[in-house]
Amino acid sequence: MTAISPTADHAAVRDASIAIAESRARARLRHRHAMVIGLRLAILIVFLGLWELGADYNFIDPFFFASPSGIWQQIWSWITEGTSQGPLWLQIYVTLEETFLGFVIGALGGIAAGIILGRNRLLADVFSIYIKIANSVPRVVLGSVFIIALGLGMASKVALAVVMVFFVVFANAFQGVREADRAMIANAQILGASPFQITTSVIIPSAMSWILASLHVSFGFALVGAVVGEFLGAKQGMGLLISTAQGAFNANGVFAAMIILAVMALVVEFIITRFENYLVKWRPAPFNEQGA
Amino acid sequence: MQLQPMAAERLSQAAPPANAAIAIDDVTLRFVTPDGHMMTAIRDFTMTVAHGEFACVVGPTGCGKSTTLNLVTGLLRPTTGAVRVMGNPVTDISRDIGFVFQADALFPWRSVIDNVAAGPLYRGTPKAEAYERARDWIGRVGLGRFEKHYPHQLSGGMRKRVALAQTFINQPKILLMDEPFSALDMQTRTAMQDELLGLWSEQKSSVVFVTHDLEEAVALADKVYVLTAGPGTVKSVYRIDLPRPRVMADIRYDPKFVEIAKVIWNDLREEVQLGQSRTLQTGH
Ligand SMILES: Nc1ncnc2c1ncn2[C@@H]1O[C@H](COP(=O)(O)OP(=O)(O)OP(=O)(O)O)[C@@H](O)[C@H]1O
Ligand SMILES: [Mg+2]
Repeated sequence: MTAISPTADHAAVRDASIAIAESRARARLRHRHAMVIGLRLAILIVFLGLWELGADYNFIDPFFFASPSGIWQQIWSWITEGTSQGPLWLQIYVTLEETFLGFVIGALGGIAAGIILGRNRLLADVFSIYIKIANSVPRVVLGSVFIIALGLGMASKVALAVVMVFFVVFANAFQGVREADRAMIANAQILGASPFQITTSVIIPSAMSWILASLHVSFGFALVGAVVGEFLGAKQGMGLLISTAQGAFNANGVFAAMIILAVMALVVEFIITRFENYLVKWRPAPFNEQGA
Repeated sequence: MQLQPMAAERLSQAAPPANAAIAIDDVTLRFVTPDGHMMTAIRDFTMTVAHGEFACVVGPTGCGKSTTLNLVTGLLRPTTGAVRVMGNPVTDISRDIGFVFQADALFPWRSVIDNVAAGPLYRGTPKAEAYERARDWIGRVGLGRFEKHYPHQLSGGMRKRVALAQTFINQPKILLMDEPFSALDMQTRTAMQDELLGLWSEQKSSVVFVTHDLEEAVALADKVYVLTAGPGTVKSVYRIDLPRPRVMADIRYDPKFVEIAKVIWNDLREEVQLGQSRTLQTGH
């Protein structure tokens, strides 16, 4: 038997050709990335341009459907001159505050309830029917109830946001607890963990990816809850801004408020994603992201 | 029953003595299936493991091997009969027990060192001491450079080593292992078996090692239990008198080893065939 080994020459040639192939592949990737961004920008410009032109030439009635320049003017005047109900930043602040409070309370409540019911079969069996019923009530309708009960102030909006968030987070936390790997729980038990240690060191971490997934969706829900609450009756906030604009047939105002809300949601979504990546750094990267 | 003059001595089953490390005495265990029927997993099961003894359990799939180990941990309770560990009836999960699972049971959100330190930390060891011992054990299983890695960044063989360190760090007097090496390739498995025997002879623990690989059982064990197809009971017990220390890479070429394996295989084969035909009939 003889062992076959490549000669030094071969190795050098091979290394050089690998380096060339790699640099080509990298150039291709860069090129593709630039192309994707360029196409995205192009689509945005064409879309806004057609909208603006259509409005100018009255193909699209700007009275009903607004126009990009009108929306921009509206946002600008809100920024510089303030809105009819006070400075713009105050409206944003009020809505964000309601959203955050509702989100935090709803999420913590949902997580706690999900873990307790997920860990206790009997409680889960008893309460599951009521949760199903509560979940099937169209929750936005509760907004009216809250405004009657809690008044036009912040409390009613927070309550609506809480209700919007709670069930989504609860359902995910519950599922996450149930999916916790039984071998892993048994392992912790035999290594010496108490029931409380099992909950904190096995159940919660393994439910965490489920919970985080629900937090993404439910922040949007909290925002909807706060805005709808304001819509139904408020003294401040983005929802009120929309309903005022609607009352004055100001389409530009409705679109402008919508865009501001979208930007708020995107910024928070970005922050949540950061937080999530920090929390689940133990997770393997999905295959398509590896090495990118 | 015939007596074997050679290394594989067939033992007769008697009621377990009081001083055994593990004593399973005439145990039957029935599960209640989800549709409310009773299903017998093991029946009239008797097994004794002396202090410091290495016992292997072989049997066809689904015959109740994992169930037997769970009885010893206290995760399952016998329907009839008694299980004693270190002379005491099993009432709760004992601190003397270590368990290496059939499935991967590491905590994926903990790094290697946090995984290994888990046992001492759960048991209230101060943090500094727990991590010091964890570092020591990681070194012993040859993963010193991988302390900070997460399980998904390790190979299957490395993860099994972490599982061994995680179990051994508690210095269990009773070591239960459920097909721990069945997912590994030949070379890694041989190396791990050597490691296991080394750790075992250091710790002087009593071991129950479940495997479907008869050669593995003969190579490792003092005593091999052959189970019948499900519902499982002990078909026969063999004492393996191969000299120790044993070297796994060489022992499989030892003529005595081959002879023993052949004898036990003749015994096991019927049960495996029976188990297979039953699986085909009932679909589980
Ligand atoms: N929790 C349970 N509920 C109902 N039946 C169970 C349960 N756990 C195990 N069984 C049944 O008990 C029998 C023995 O299972 P066990 O897991 O002990 O088999 P095993 O010998 O370890 O098999 P394998 O070699 O495939 O791991 C099987 O028929 C299985 O279906
Ligand atoms: Mg098994």
